Amino acid sequence: MSTERIRIDRRSPRPFSAIQSFAVRYGLGIALVIVWEYAARKAGSIFFPAPSEILHRAATLWLSGPPQRLFLSDSVFQDVIPSLFRLLGGWALAVLIGVPLGILIGRSRNLCDLVNPALQFLRAIPGPALIPIFIILLGTESTMRVTLIAFGSVWPILLNTIEGTRTVDPVQLDTVQAFRIPRHARLWRIVLPAALPKIFAGMRVSLALAVILMVVSELVASTSGIGYRIQNAQIMFLLTDMWCGIVLLALIGYTLNWLFLKFEGRVLGWHRGARGRTATS
Amino acid sequence: MLAVERFHHAYMPEQLVAANISFDVKAGEIVSIVGPSGCGKTTLLKALAGLIRPTGGTIRFQGKVVQGVPDRLAIVFQEYGRSLLPWTTVNGNIELPLRYQSIPSDERRRRVAESLQAVDLSGFGERYPWQLSGGMQQRVAIARALAYQPKLLLMDEPFASVDAQTRADLEDLVATLRDRFGITMVLVTHDIDESVYLSDRVIVLSRSPSIVLAQVDIELPRPRDQIKTKAMQQFVEKRSEIAQMIRRPVGREAHH
Amino acid sequence: MSDLSGAADPRAGFGQARSFAGPHLLSHAATAFRVVFGIFIFFLILESVTRLELVPPIYLPRASTVVRRMVELLLDPKFLSHVGATLHAWAVGLALATLISVPIGILIGTSELAYKMTSPLIEFMRPIPSVALIPLGILLWGQGFSMKVILVAYAATWPILFNTLYGVHDVDPIAVQTARCFGLKQAAILRRISLPSAAPFIFTGIRISAAIALIVVIGAELLASSDSGIGSYILFVSSNGGQMDSVLAGAAIAGIIGALINSALGLIDRRLFGWRYLGATPS
Repeated sequence: MSTERIRIDRRSPRPFSAIQSFAVRYGLGIALVIVWEYAARKAGSIFFPAPSEILHRAATLWLSGPPQRLFLSDSVFQDVIPSLFRLLGGWALAVLIGVPLGILIGRSRNLCDLVNPALQFLRAIPGPALIPIFIILLGTESTMRVTLIAFGSVWPILLNTIEGTRTVDPVQLDTVQAFRIPRHARLWRIVLPAALPKIFAGMRVSLALAVILMVVSELVASTSGIGYRIQNAQIMFLLTDMWCGIVLLALIGYTLNWLFLKFEGRVLGWHRGARGRTATS
Repeated sequence: MLAVERFHHAYMPEQLVAANISFDVKAGEIVSIVGPSGCGKTTLLKALAGLIRPTGGTIRFQGKVVQGVPDRLAIVFQEYGRSLLPWTTVNGNIELPLRYQSIPSDERRRRVAESLQAVDLSGFGERYPWQLSGGMQQRVAIARALAYQPKLLLMDEPFASVDAQTRADLEDLVATLRDRFGITMVLVTHDIDESVYLSDRVIVLSRSPSIVLAQVDIELPRPRDQIKTKAMQQFVEKRSEIAQMIRRPVGREAHH
Repeated sequence: MSDLSGAADPRAGFGQARSFAGPHLLSHAATAFRVVFGIFIFFLILESVTRLELVPPIYLPRASTVVRRMVELLLDPKFLSHVGATLHAWAVGLALATLISVPIGILIGTSELAYKMTSPLIEFMRPIPSVALIPLGILLWGQGFSMKVILVAYAATWPILFNTLYGVHDVDPIAVQTARCFGLKQAAILRRISLPSAAPFIFTGIRISAAIALIVVIGAELLASSDSGIGSYILFVSSNGGQMDSVLAGAAIAGIIGALINSALGLIDRRLFGWRYLGATPS
């Protein structure tokens, strides 16, 4: 079979297509930043400082420390790191409570139905509405914030775990029953792995929610944290500082999500594979 | 080995699926159960396996009444893709039932290797089920049942979801396994050719609410061959006989 | 495939108890009973815990007190006007977000290039919590209605945009190819294949956004000290001290509203897109 007379319209040899794909992925973002820079300089509005200003200010705020500490300045240790700890602590708490509880509830159809109305109600309570209650009950320190974050972000995990536990494939359940696999092993080896994709989806949504709750918890009666800094900047009319905080939050949210996806890819590699393939005989 | 007496089952008081089914299976036999759609073949199989308790009648396995899944019984489902666990390798899948049978780990490993070899899948142990084709997956399911060393192997339309070529290979595989290991097999299928080709006896069910229309003995010589056996006069006769029974519009005999 | 494999024998003494399609009336009544019973048990648990007075009742009043206050509030026209203000901002913001995101999402979703270009950007913008923008919002638009609406619209845009984008983009290619074989042009394919196929996803996006929007509006009211809205009411009663029953009642009412909105949208979802769930295991 001759392979030469086929004209394939290949205008882009390897190196070009790499540039192309980069341009497609990041082009719009870069273009927007450039437009923003230009427009900000032209308009000179204090409400929308130019990206270059924001970057500069961010460097001053966070990267002006001594080399031994990776150039990180005090405010990173005073605000950013504690915020992150609270965020991750609250989220971890939500996972530790939500997953086992979810499995427990999900295993029993009756319990599911019984508990569902209460869960739907509790998860719908807006996090900010709970702040006064939590402040009165737990004070204004980290305990309150971590608890608030945990309480608010447990719902996606809990509900997804319940759903995942409930919807284990009946064929799989029949199989383990037919092979007389004992009850305790069924939970560990079948129900849990089968529910894991949904559990992870819940954990991811929870993570995003935890970021929001972290900020929210720091906007009220607090003395440190990223949210506090943003609000402080607003009160003191330091627009650029405020934008720095916003950008930082976007970065944190994006990075955490990305990290989690990587982690999920590791643990759930089989799930991607299983879904990608349809049986080809 | 297996005795079914007046099996009858209804999912809902008005929905009688099986009316009166009785038959025996002797050790070492391959018995097929065929019938039109909805006649309760799968229900029957699940009851045989102890996964469902029948609303009426008795099922005895090795002399004892079946209550719950009995020991030394294995089952192969039609939906191999959903029966094999996607988060473990092929080896892991086959080994799983053995872990709870108090079998030491080296014995387990030996059984896994042996059963993979029996289904001609040695070397695929470390793959994941979804990395294999449909026919191979079903072979893994069969290997899993094999490693379990059951006295009775139940199969629910095991080859319905694979293509014709693969189906022929799998049919031959199953026949070889019976010859090699002497496992009794009960196979539910809608494919009449397959039932005649594989079995020693075919049990024909009527339309729902079903009864046993006939038990057809198949006396074709073994080992059977996909081409030669299917060209034999006897094969064609038996096959037509069964096909006619199933296609007959009268499903309900007066037996209430 | 055997149609009997998913059903369960109600008389099975062993084996997995799975749901089965029973006579509809009976299963509806049973579910309704369980819902009511569940709410009742939940209330009982709360009542018993709060009666234990692990925390002094001025801080954590009894559940019955809170419920009583809730009823009082719901009959109080002033509170109801707060509810109205919240829902007003919520609805307008949500509508705005839908009107903006859906068309844009459809446009981007149908163009492969636009899709590839905007996805990374959306992925980056999504995690920005709208609550972080409240301080900025206050500076730009004050503490009133417009600020709330804009913030809600911002927050609600992302799930709807996201879902619309992927819903339109991931239409079953076989369906599209079949339509092309029948000679349908791009616009017709969009109208008859892509949009109906994407509609359930778009609606799911709206459902998610509705929940987020409620949280954002109440959060904005609370954190920006608005003059109207459930959030501002909660802030008001909590800063005036000693009115924990009102604070809890306000939060609980917000929760109920949110749950009701979610249920209502869920019902509409099943009505409009029930076909999606046909053949799936009954839940």
